[in-house]
Amino acid sequence: MNKIVEKEFFSENVCKFIIEAPDIAKSRKPGNFVIIRLDEKGERIPLTIASSDEGKGTITLVVQRVGVTTAKLLTMEAGESIHDVVGPLGKATHIENVGTVLCAGGGVGVAPLLPIVEGFKKAGNKVVTVLAARTKDLVILEEQMREFSDEVIVMTDDGSYGKKGLVTAGMEEVIQREKVNLSVVIGPAIMMKFAALTTKKYNIPTIASLNTIMVDGTGMCGACRVSVGGKTRFVCIDGPEFDAHQVNFDEMLQRLGSYKKEEAEAYERYLKTVQ
Amino acid sequence: MENIAEYLKEERSQPWRDELRKSMKAKERTSLERIHMPEQDPEERSHNYLEVNLGLTEEQALVESHRCLDCPDPTCITGCPVGINIPKFIKKIEAKDYLGAAVVLKETNALPAVCGRVCPQEVQCEASCFYTVKLKKTPVAIGNLERFAADYERNSGKISVPEISEHNGVKVAVIGSGPAGLAASGDLAKFGYDVTVFEALHEIGGVLKYGIPEYRLPNEVIDVEIESLHKMGVKFRTNFVVGKTASVEDLRKEGFEAFFIGSGAGLPRFMGIPGENHIGIYSSNEYLTRINLMHAADPDYDTPILRGKVVAVIGGGNTAMDSVRTAKRMGAERAILVYRRSEKEMPARIEEVKHAKEEGIEFLTLHNPLEYFADEQGRVNRMKLQVMELGEPDASGRRRPVPVKGSEFDIDVDLVVVAIGVSPNPLIPHALPGLEMSKWGTIIVDKETMQSSIPDLFAGGDIVRGGATVILAMGDGRKAAAGMHKYLQEKVKSR
Ligand SMILES: Cc1cc2nc3c(=O)[nH]c(=O)nc-3n(C[C@H](O)[C@H](O)[C@H](O)COP(=O)(O)OP(=O)(O)OC[C@H]3O[C@@H](n4cnc5c(N)ncnc54)[C@H](O)[C@@H]3O)c2cc1C
Ligand code: FES
Repeated sequence: MNKIVEKEFFSENVCKFIIEAPDIAKSRKPGNFVIIRLDEKGERIPLTIASSDEGKGTITLVVQRVGVTTAKLLTMEAGESIHDVVGPLGKATHIENVGTVLCAGGGVGVAPLLPIVEGFKKAGNKVVTVLAARTKDLVILEEQMREFSDEVIVMTDDGSYGKKGLVTAGMEEVIQREKVNLSVVIGPAIMMKFAALTTKKYNIPTIASLNTIMVDGTGMCGACRVSVGGKTRFVCIDGPEFDAHQVNFDEMLQRLGSYKKEEAEAYERYLKTVQ
Repeated sequence: MENIAEYLKEERSQPWRDELRKSMKAKERTSLERIHMPEQDPEERSHNYLEVNLGLTEEQALVESHRCLDCPDPTCITGCPVGINIPKFIKKIEAKDYLGAAVVLKETNALPAVCGRVCPQEVQCEASCFYTVKLKKTPVAIGNLERFAADYERNSGKISVPEISEHNGVKVAVIGSGPAGLAASGDLAKFGYDVTVFEALHEIGGVLKYGIPEYRLPNEVIDVEIESLHKMGVKFRTNFVVGKTASVEDLRKEGFEAFFIGSGAGLPRFMGIPGENHIGIYSSNEYLTRINLMHAADPDYDTPILRGKVVAVIGGGNTAMDSVRTAKRMGAERAILVYRRSEKEMPARIEEVKHAKEEGIEFLTLHNPLEYFADEQGRVNRMKLQVMELGEPDASGRRRPVPVKGSEFDIDVDLVVVAIGVSPNPLIPHALPGLEMSKWGTIIVDKETMQSSIPDLFAGGDIVRGGATVILAMGDGRKAAAGMHKYLQEKVKSR
């Protein structure tokens, strides 16, 4: 049982949770994730750790409402407990001083990107961060990003804030004007696919952090498998970060939709229970 | 070995055993037919998850126990990986001391109700039973009797908790809560250690919980055995991945003085053929975990599962058999087992093969998948198969399957479960530089003490053997517990 100590909505569908998990707070590194199960009947879902406080023994998760489990989680309040939280899982981000790092985050992908931005900055890199969202209200963690980035470019699809355009436009702008040594992209699979295509044009090594469907998170089931460079890899133990230019995003996108029908039905059922 | 033989002889010469032997002529005993275990009707059971085998009734167990001759040289025991005193427990049944029979089982086997259900007795104890070896008759139903005694004890509510030596205050850690870890923790607790079991998943039991289906091994049976360990003072920490949540080094700093690694053979293998990542292609571990651990078949639970009308399961082991029979229970119109060798080479327990056939599972032996195809949504809808024939024996002694040229054909399928084996879980080895590993990724240990190349680390079960069996994993756990005891006694002495 892991108690929620703090909850804060970033927008209608995105919420920050600070959760008691002392062991994980102590051992987690940028790039790691946890798997949670809300209650006895819940499913196991992966969530990337955005930050942690070793002293307080807490970790921070940023959650977007996408299905039944996240919808239920968003209704939970501080003081309530999550039945199971296990981690930190996955390999940590390999952080070193490479020169200039272009970090691009879309949607809630911005949350797991934060510790990576912080890590690269502290390792002595110049960090330029592109934050992308559909609209102004959905831009999250901008302040925190500014703290660790040399520059932050905000892109919104509708132009309601920052510049109008997709994440790739912001990335191109940076690449055009200066030498980028490494790019890190985290966000929806479709965004990562196009971000990877962009950096590939300029031969910039690029890391993507993949958010596949998972069950155990320890390599036991293969639910999380993706094709990387033509080989099947398990995101939970071989990743979650891979060479973005080698990832078969189309296959990943399809696999993410494995339970589209089941999820839609479950969501319908859930809505009926809360009404 | 000397003293074990002595001990068995002594036990056998006890007056109650003498008397029982004399109470019925050997001829009469051998003329009794083996009692068939009552089962649920095949048609009915292929639509439910209730246990297939119903267990022997008291009367049936009594009759079966009379078949055992209480041989002077009980060869059956040599066939048992944990050396259960088989004649003694069977004679306890004959004497109607069923609880006593359970006590005998528990002397050497921490999970008799589990083993009575899932051990491949036909290649172990029952294969070396006097009936099989000398009389060429069907062996005494040792497994069924084991299950009877263990179930009797459980249902009686008078479960014996093994005696525990005085607490010695020494902390030991067991990593993984499968049969290897559970057996090790039971023995370590008996020796008086302060035992904590660390388990990555949210449930205790390893494969017993997430792999082997409810219809073959009800969770309730495992939970009762775990409860016994609780009573013995064993502590359990779920959601704890050693090597991630904390390292072995962290645990050393917390005062743990020795470790047993029973982390199992977790990683599912795939064939690496085209289309294998289409939607609707599961590893057997994922398929079974969703259903057994996450209860995906129950609409009250949140975990989703894909169902198929025509389900192909690839493989011929217990895992394949469990998956294909589960698929049938999940409503498949056709559940097909695709195996590249012939039925004779199948590693699954004979009983599972028999049950599968009764339940209408189709066997496509001597066939191998080559490729999978999918619809626009990416869901598998067809597979290409190749016919195989048997060639020369390979390293495993089984005849090698070789493709028949030009024999490829397609069949329509909408769900595939790949059950071709597992590789050892790399999490622990990766986190422990300096740990000596084999080229197959298993941990190398001393065969007697189960000690690894790192002195305070012991290991057993599938992480040492690759894929093996419940009973071998348990045997390893017990051996390791003894090895750890010896190691720790010496360590404590030298302080
Ligand atoms: C579907 C299926 C059917 C089977 N049927 C039979 C049968 O009928 N008869 C038979 O004898 N055998 C059968 N087997 C084989 C048998 O189950 C295994 O040989 C046995 O379970 C191995 O035991 P173990 O304790 O080594 O590992 P496991 O049972 O695999 O348990 C290992 C445990 O360790 C945990 N773990 C792993 N890494 C860590 C870590 N770093 N930290 C904490 N915990 C960790 C895992 O989560 C798991 O719970 C079957 C196997 C399967 C998959
Ligand atoms: S989530 Fe099961 S193997 Fe990765």
